[in-house]
Amino acid sequence: MQKKDFVVRFAGEGGQGMVTSAEALAQAAALAGYYAQTFTTFPSQIMGGPTWAQARISTTPILSAGDELDILVCFNKEAYHLHAEEVREGGVVIYNSQVFQLEESSSAVGIPVDELAKATGNPRAANMVILGALAHLVSWPQEHLTSFVRQRFARGRPDDAAIIKSNVQALDLGRQRAAEAGLTLGELAPPKKPPYQQIMVKGNDALALGALAAGLDFYIGYPISPATPILVFMQRNLVGPGKFVYQASSEIEAINTIVGAGFAGKKAMTATSGPGFSLMHEGIGLAWMAEVPCVIVDVQRGGPATGLPTKTEQSDLLSALHPAHGDVMLPVIAPGSIEECFYAAIWALNWAERYQGPVVLLSEHMLSERTENIRKPDLSVVTVESRLVYQGSNGYHRYEARELSPMPVPGGPGAYVANGSEHDAMGDTTHLSQRHIHMTERRFSKLKLLTDGTFELENPEESVVLMPWGGSKGPSREAYTLLIQDGYRLGWAFTMFLQPLPPKLLEELRKKELVIVPELNYVGQFSSYLRSLGVKAVSITQFTGLPFKVLDLVRRVAAVAQSHRERMVRV
Amino acid sequence: MTKKNPEYDFKWCPGCGDFGVRRAFEMAVVERAAKTKEPIEKTVVVAGIGCSGNMVHLLEGPQPFGIHGIHGRTLPIALGVKMARPDLNVLVVAGDGDFLSIGAEHIGPQAQRNLNVTCLVMDNGVYGLTKGQSSPTTRFGQITSSTPYGKVEAAMNPMELYLALGTSFVASGFSSQVKDLTRLIVAAMEHPGFAIVHIQSPCTTYNDTYEEIKGNVQKGIAPAAWPVSPDHDAADLQAAYRLVRSRGIPIGIIYQQPESEPLEARLARVLGKVKARSMEELLEASKI
Ligand SMILES: Cc1ncc(C[n+]2csc(CCOP(=O)(O)OP(=O)(O)O)c2C)c(N)n1
Ligand code: SF4
Ligand SMILES: [Mg+2]
Repeated sequence: MQKKDFVVRFAGEGGQGMVTSAEALAQAAALAGYYAQTFTTFPSQIMGGPTWAQARISTTPILSAGDELDILVCFNKEAYHLHAEEVREGGVVIYNSQVFQLEESSSAVGIPVDELAKATGNPRAANMVILGALAHLVSWPQEHLTSFVRQRFARGRPDDAAIIKSNVQALDLGRQRAAEAGLTLGELAPPKKPPYQQIMVKGNDALALGALAAGLDFYIGYPISPATPILVFMQRNLVGPGKFVYQASSEIEAINTIVGAGFAGKKAMTATSGPGFSLMHEGIGLAWMAEVPCVIVDVQRGGPATGLPTKTEQSDLLSALHPAHGDVMLPVIAPGSIEECFYAAIWALNWAERYQGPVVLLSEHMLSERTENIRKPDLSVVTVESRLVYQGSNGYHRYEARELSPMPVPGGPGAYVANGSEHDAMGDTTHLSQRHIHMTERRFSKLKLLTDGTFELENPEESVVLMPWGGSKGPSREAYTLLIQDGYRLGWAFTMFLQPLPPKLLEELRKKELVIVPELNYVGQFSSYLRSLGVKAVSITQFTGLPFKVLDLVRRVAAVAQSHRERMVRV
Repeated sequence: MTKKNPEYDFKWCPGCGDFGVRRAFEMAVVERAAKTKEPIEKTVVVAGIGCSGNMVHLLEGPQPFGIHGIHGRTLPIALGVKMARPDLNVLVVAGDGDFLSIGAEHIGPQAQRNLNVTCLVMDNGVYGLTKGQSSPTTRFGQITSSTPYGKVEAAMNPMELYLALGTSFVASGFSSQVKDLTRLIVAAMEHPGFAIVHIQSPCTTYNDTYEEIKGNVQKGIAPAAWPVSPDHDAADLQAAYRLVRSRGIPIGIIYQQPESEPLEARLARVLGKVKARSMEELLEASKI
């Protein structure tokens, strides 16, 4: 039988090209018409430290990194010991036989990687030797890889031809070596190219592209993993008349700067991770209070403090829902896939403009750093919103209305003070109770403008529902499909609009007997939020720094659903 | 945002230096408007938290735009406003606590960028709004509500700090000398780059330094403030250092960097030839 997909992990030490190998494999597969997804974890140092990168290649869209490894590529012995356990039965280990030795067996093949690369005259072709061996294992036509090599190294330089030649030769040598070892994993089914155009991007790129598509004018950010690539992307691409991009001197500066820019009429955004997000809280409160549109991206990592800077976690949710001190309630959008990262950024900027306030976009490490081929966004269907601008004459009372009102732009009519202290209709500070009541109600009333968030609801008749949030969507969805195939009775719900939740969805959730929330944190933040809204929710938590494994989820969801049913029967 | 506002209940104490600063501010902005033919709405006042920052609500006459933010963050907000709209005239009004304590980390970056805004720092050597605690410019040994046995930190020399951080325009003023102060503020606004006018603005309630600054002949107290000599070459950084390290408080333009290139001009120069890629081109670049 042909295989539908396979998972490869490259493990070794930082600096040995693991990420490059995984990315190259994914690129080659996508080019051939497969679906591909990579997943990486880094040590936080630049060189050294155990690290690994993984690629999953499939004939159908990919939802998770893959639980078990079909192939483990080890660059050193430590990597073998760390990861061998995760190789599935019948899987294969490829190792660099120049670095260490394993007993050659029916499931391991040693390759003198550097020696073979050197033989091509191009010592840098080592990862191509490995890709060649991989291709043999899944019986890929060599064409899949050679066309990738030709595309990748056609850089318009005089030595292109020589480099392409040596890389193709490296592929051949690797393939031969694997063939000599007599190993194979069975044939990977031919690709089923989707009928639409695709792009291959990381979550951070998708998010940044979405922001540009929504008309972003102004970006400022302070470097922090895993949000830095957004700053780097913006520095290159947010240029041109009326645009501004800058590296901040701190996150405190970044947030207050976008408040200034938002006040001055621009669509402004910053991106950070947990530690920076904490530093921004007071400034976010200012944006809420003074009613200034802006978008704050928090690409979550393990926390608190410096935490697990290069690992994934979904533990900033409560902090995002109520980031500032005082009476605030921020709109929060958390995409569940790379494709959703693109659209989430558009929604976030649109919402900020529409309700004239700050919006938090919660991404996470596992989305930001993984590469995937997705449907190319259709720009013709993207709607871009801009704030209601005050066009009248001077003497305007910016904050008088009990709901959203047009916003003056400096330089134009309607001068006012955008005030972070409680204020009267013109923006002057006041301490009168009536005003505080008026203004508090005004600020909260604007959230009613944000009830158009979309959601997924499947098997709506079921009383037990699986509802992940953010990046746990993929593995949860895969688990859900397996559970349904196994005859379990289960509904499915998902939305990236966490606050305000789409009212119709909330209404449905409140009717359920049990909502099961897989999430990557200790306390079960999303389920506690859902419970506060009157939903009977429980969490399945994990705090390993890694995403969920599908089979773990299948087991745990089944167990939670089962014990719920038993309880219900007893009652 | 004007005087006849029944709900606005904040008042400066009688004799507060901030009255003089406000007057100079109003005159300077009007003068600039007349010179540039730009309406007052082109000016944005970014106010800090303190008695001083309340100036944004107390301005008489035609009203500029204002943003009254959070404690210590006037400069980041000003960075946002100015770089969003380089055509706007942006002024910061803040106290010594706001600007030099909680907000001090923001001075260096703006000086190095040469952010084209004008800062009016109202130094009363105390935290006025929170009722008299010590500030970075409070004198060594001084008794305040938070230093009941005397302050054990050395007083900061803000002018020397501004110079060391690379501020391209540094002036020193006194709230009682409204005309001179107006002239300094106008010069600061005209300067293309980061400009700080550091103003002695005494707090009559918690740190009344009028006598010290002006002197008192009867009591034999020599004035701490003295005018910068017309011979002083403001383009000479070393001369500027000598001024701010000398005794007392020199009043006037301390330093003005010649050929100052503000941030917006630097960016235009560096980015001038960079061609923006369209959305379509960006998507094409990741196509498979
Ligand atoms: C983050 C934060 N910390 C503390 C305060 C309280 N606070 C308000 S004004 C102020 C000091 C004001 O001193 P200064 O800037 O010198 O202004 P002045 O009142 O003397 O003009 C402080 C500490 C605050 N508003 N926010
Ligand atoms: S407390 Fe001091 S600084 Fe504040 S208004 Fe009164 S005199 Fe002015
Ligand atoms: Mg003060």
